[in-house]
Amino acid sequence: MPETTLGDLATEVRSKNAGPFWITMELFMRDADGYRIAADETFLHEGVVADLYRVDPGSVQIFRIPSLNVVKISYPRPVSQGSLRDRDVHAGQHHVPLAQLVVPAH
Amino acid sequence: MTNADSVSILVPSGMLGAGFPEETVTRGIALGADVIAVDGGSTDSGPYYLGASKPKTTAAAVARDLRILLRAAAGAGIPLIVGSCGTSGTDDGVDWVAGIVSDLLAEEGLSMKVARIYSEQRAADLKEPLEAGRIHPLPPLGDLDVATLEECTHIVAMMGHEPIAEALAAGAQVVLAGRATDTANAAAYALLRGMPAGPSWHAAKIVECGGQCTTNPRAGGVFATVDRTGFTIEPLDENAACTPISVAAHMLYETANPFEMREPDGTLDVRDAVYTALDERRVRVEGSRFHHAEQHTIKLEGARISGYETMSFSAIRDPLILKDIEGWASLMDVVFTQRVEQTLGLTRDDYDYDLRLYGYNAVLGDLDPATEPPREVGVMLLVRAADQDLATAVAKVANPLMLHLPAQDMDYLPSLAFPGSPAEVERGAAYEFVLNHAVDSLTPTAMFRTEMEEKHDA
Repeated sequence: MPETTLGDLATEVRSKNAGPFWITMELFMRDADGYRIAADETFLHEGVVADLYRVDPGSVQIFRIPSLNVVKISYPRPVSQGSLRDRDVHAGQHHVPLAQLVVPAH
Repeated sequence: MTNADSVSILVPSGMLGAGFPEETVTRGIALGADVIAVDGGSTDSGPYYLGASKPKTTAAAVARDLRILLRAAAGAGIPLIVGSCGTSGTDDGVDWVAGIVSDLLAEEGLSMKVARIYSEQRAADLKEPLEAGRIHPLPPLGDLDVATLEECTHIVAMMGHEPIAEALAAGAQVVLAGRATDTANAAAYALLRGMPAGPSWHAAKIVECGGQCTTNPRAGGVFATVDRTGFTIEPLDENAACTPISVAAHMLYETANPFEMREPDGTLDVRDAVYTALDERRVRVEGSRFHHAEQHTIKLEGARISGYETMSFSAIRDPLILKDIEGWASLMDVVFTQRVEQTLGLTRDDYDYDLRLYGYNAVLGDLDPATEPPREVGVMLLVRAADQDLATAVAKVANPLMLHLPAQDMDYLPSLAFPGSPAEVERGAAYEFVLNHAVDSLTPTAMFRTEMEEKHDA
């Protein structure tokens, strides 16, 4: 059976600047079952996000919002917005590694 | 100004100049709008617009939107508020929008009282609060020094609702604000008319991007009515809908923290907000709170020149190179830096560059989870140096390589695909944001300058 990703269980996964110095991402999960997986702290925690985006785990903030089936993740922008090495000025394509994260088999 | 029972805010779109169907504004007026508010700027497109003090939008698009909004506001006898004029909210930006408004009022034969609120700051004026310990860094930036202030080409202070409300109270019919928080322009009139802060700021946050909080963001803006206990929101387009999810989800948009949002005057707290569908397209929101801060603060934004850039772009389709595109890029790094040293006598301390493989991993770089070989790759070389001529000279040294560099195991010279001639594009000054600091403000309006003028038809 093919592996299931967070993106497969979501209606939308998005990323965007939150001001010039932060990036924020949202996982809009399709239903409560999908939310339970995305919100599981043993699966998706600060360390996992830090590995995906090569940032300091101490700088990662995760917000779990059951009323919306949403998990929101924010972290300081590792590359200054609009600088020589910034390849995504609006940070609008940075959700992809998160969306492609494989969820644990159950 | 007298207190009202409710205040209805018409927001035609998320950005002045983005366009909207004219009939959506007509409908908002028919619904009983008390004020029209629209945002004219953002830092979202990067530091250039503040650093160079140039708008992102084109004048014709801004004029097209403003003509409809000025007619609607004048016809209904309600104020029009534009926040963060000219994208960055610099004084140039305010004057640019004011010039467009002036021309339009003359063309339309309208007389309206126009307030311009300037928010640009001189570095010299910020030294005193800096030395007095009244400027604090906001994460992730650190302490500020005078040199950083002086290096900024432009600095703006983000106003809250207060300077806008003051101009409205003084009779302004059109308020053209410099840099303002995204929410201040939509909250100002409701707060001035005595609406509670929690619902006013929460409504302002939800409407700030126009139709983003609806199920069809392309259909136009939104209409929000703030009252004593909450607010009600609906799309201006009758065929679009607001749902509790679409409205609540917008609280997440472009904010690091989904529950709290700091404004100059305090913090919006939506932890206990309840979103209820009134029908298929209208949502009621109650339970939003606002905690007034002991210290009023004003956030600064500033940008400085980080260098000058020249770009070159070529493309590869040959599978013999694409099978090991990383090997080709590594060879490029080695040969290119050697050639720059041989011909220009420059080392990497004198210039910098970024080699991006579009179609392979340009967007995400090492973070990219995909591993498949690409079908074609666009090779972008972005060079930065202390001046434009130097950046272009370095990019020109790369030109024979961008055209002919073979893969490691090729014993002939391929010719790669340039998309146009000339090969190099001079990008001018590159900027970077260097301020993310808050000033303990002496008063909510002291850092801003308002000029009021009655604009008559010519």
